[in-house]
Amino acid sequence: MLLKRVKIPRAADIDVAVAHGAYSAVAAAYDMRPLDVIDEVKRSGLRGRGGAGFPTGAKWGFAAMDPKRPKYLICNADEGEPGTFKDRIILEGDPHLLIEGMIIAAYAVGAERGYIYLRGEYPAAAELLDGAIAQAYGKGLLGNNILGKGVTFELSVHRGAGAYICGEETSLIESLEGKRGQPRLRPPFPANAGAWGKPTVVNNVETLANVPSIIALGSDAYSKVGAEGSPGTKIFCVSGAVNRPGAYELPLGTTLRELIEASAGGIRAGRRLKAIIPGGASTPMLTAAQVDVKMDFNSLLAAGSMLGSGAVIVMDDTACMVHAAAVLVRFFEHESCGKCTPCREGTGWLHQVYSRILKGGARGGDIELLLNICGKMKGKCFCPLGEGAVQPVLSSIRLFRDEYERCIGKNGCSGASCKGMTHGKNYQMTSAESRAISNDQNSNTP
Amino acid sequence: MLNDDVRERIRLAALRYPDSRAALLPALHIAQAELGHLPDEAMRFIAEELNVPESDVYGTATFYSLIRRRPSGKHVISICHNLPCTLLGAEPLIDHLRTRLGVEEGEVTADGRFSYQRIECIGRCDGAPAMLVDDDCHGDLTPEKIDAVLERYP
Repeated sequence: MLLKRVKIPRAADIDVAVAHGAYSAVAAAYDMRPLDVIDEVKRSGLRGRGGAGFPTGAKWGFAAMDPKRPKYLICNADEGEPGTFKDRIILEGDPHLLIEGMIIAAYAVGAERGYIYLRGEYPAAAELLDGAIAQAYGKGLLGNNILGKGVTFELSVHRGAGAYICGEETSLIESLEGKRGQPRLRPPFPANAGAWGKPTVVNNVETLANVPSIIALGSDAYSKVGAEGSPGTKIFCVSGAVNRPGAYELPLGTTLRELIEASAGGIRAGRRLKAIIPGGASTPMLTAAQVDVKMDFNSLLAAGSMLGSGAVIVMDDTACMVHAAAVLVRFFEHESCGKCTPCREGTGWLHQVYSRILKGGARGGDIELLLNICGKMKGKCFCPLGEGAVQPVLSSIRLFRDEYERCIGKNGCSGASCKGMTHGKNYQMTSAESRAISNDQNSNTP
Repeated sequence: MLNDDVRERIRLAALRYPDSRAALLPALHIAQAELGHLPDEAMRFIAEELNVPESDVYGTATFYSLIRRRPSGKHVISICHNLPCTLLGAEPLIDHLRTRLGVEEGEVTADGRFSYQRIECIGRCDGAPAMLVDDDCHGDLTPEKIDAVLERYP
């Protein structure tokens, strides 16, 4: 449904895309009243694919009902959650699917101006999108009087410049407005007071890419695929210790085992599955014993984690869990925007404690100290970044406390002792294995 | 330093927004593409063009990690050190890159060709370990592949 055109050569060219069905849902949507389009999306049960899983139709409804004008539609293409690359696959492989979804969404909510906020790290996608947008203007699918129906929608790309926080929608809006990307207090929510204080809908790339299918198939047919409370398909990004890392579109509710074994070709030869981060860096880890969990919003919540962005980071028995958590903590510390104290100071402290553990300078009680810092952050941060930062710490300690204790007891897991911990001191690694072992000596360099 | 062509491109970028301040990030990108980094004069130029206080331009520019305040090499290498890349050996590769270039992170090689920086996830986890050289992405890196890639950037 989402990746059907990605494998077609030159699908970023509008003629190729149109020959394979692109933009056919625009006319169908224009034959409906905007509120009926919103109702159709509500009935489909589509939930946001960026991480939070908020019902898309409801979001649109709030903005549509607000009498303020103009209204804005923003595509959140600031895909920064570590392990996530699904939006890039759409942006580079089938940009017209996104543009089609945005044309329909803009019509539904009454937005005449749209922006694609694209992360700075995707320069190739920026060029492709600019070209695709120009082609859509050329075909009368963007601009004034689209398809002769009197609808206006102007669209352009706005490039970010390297800030994970801008994936949070109010930070994204601040950044779009030309400011430091720091989050705003909510309420008011963007649907009522977003970009330049006007009603604004911010939707993830993959969310918008679902819209043409919902209109073309109808909400009933659309929602037949997927799981209870999680209709539709999801693009899962599998990375790490598997044979075929990649983006796989599967019905929500597919098991993690099926995703890893059937789609991603299983764990690398000779290794065993150890842990999985199922939804990107800010979702709690799972152990190999939980590999039969269904990959949907509710099932992952019940398993103690989250669907998040669908970024599945797979770790085998060569991975050190203390080290893995340390790498993610370093990331969150680097990306903390500095606005609120619990996140700014908390991520800094977590990073310091992990650095000394990895370097062999752990102090007695460091595990308790990590838990203590997390307790001072959890539920107390201004935005989801800080809330996400504690997840790898809390989940790795909960599931792999023995590794922390070994690390601390054996003078740290840096260098040889880390490899010793996972391989035994005299293990002669093959070149493939040595490539797989994370070398942690630079983990304290932000 | 920045000419009328840059001025015109910034002016055109500003037309896309209801408020010209929104063209600040586009302007920073345009200026950086021109100069390789953003010296104070470039920020003053942008502040005047967009009618934004200089302090705000500075505040915004320094928030974003892809906006460089220091001169870079002719080619900028951004190598990922986030978890999916680390699991597949990013750290030994970064060591290799540092040795091969003979400079530390943020420094420019003697011939001016390269500088490198560590970067957080660049969304190429399906080709981990990965790096960007300027606007090009290179994945499935090995020490040999890094050497071969560098040869392609004179």
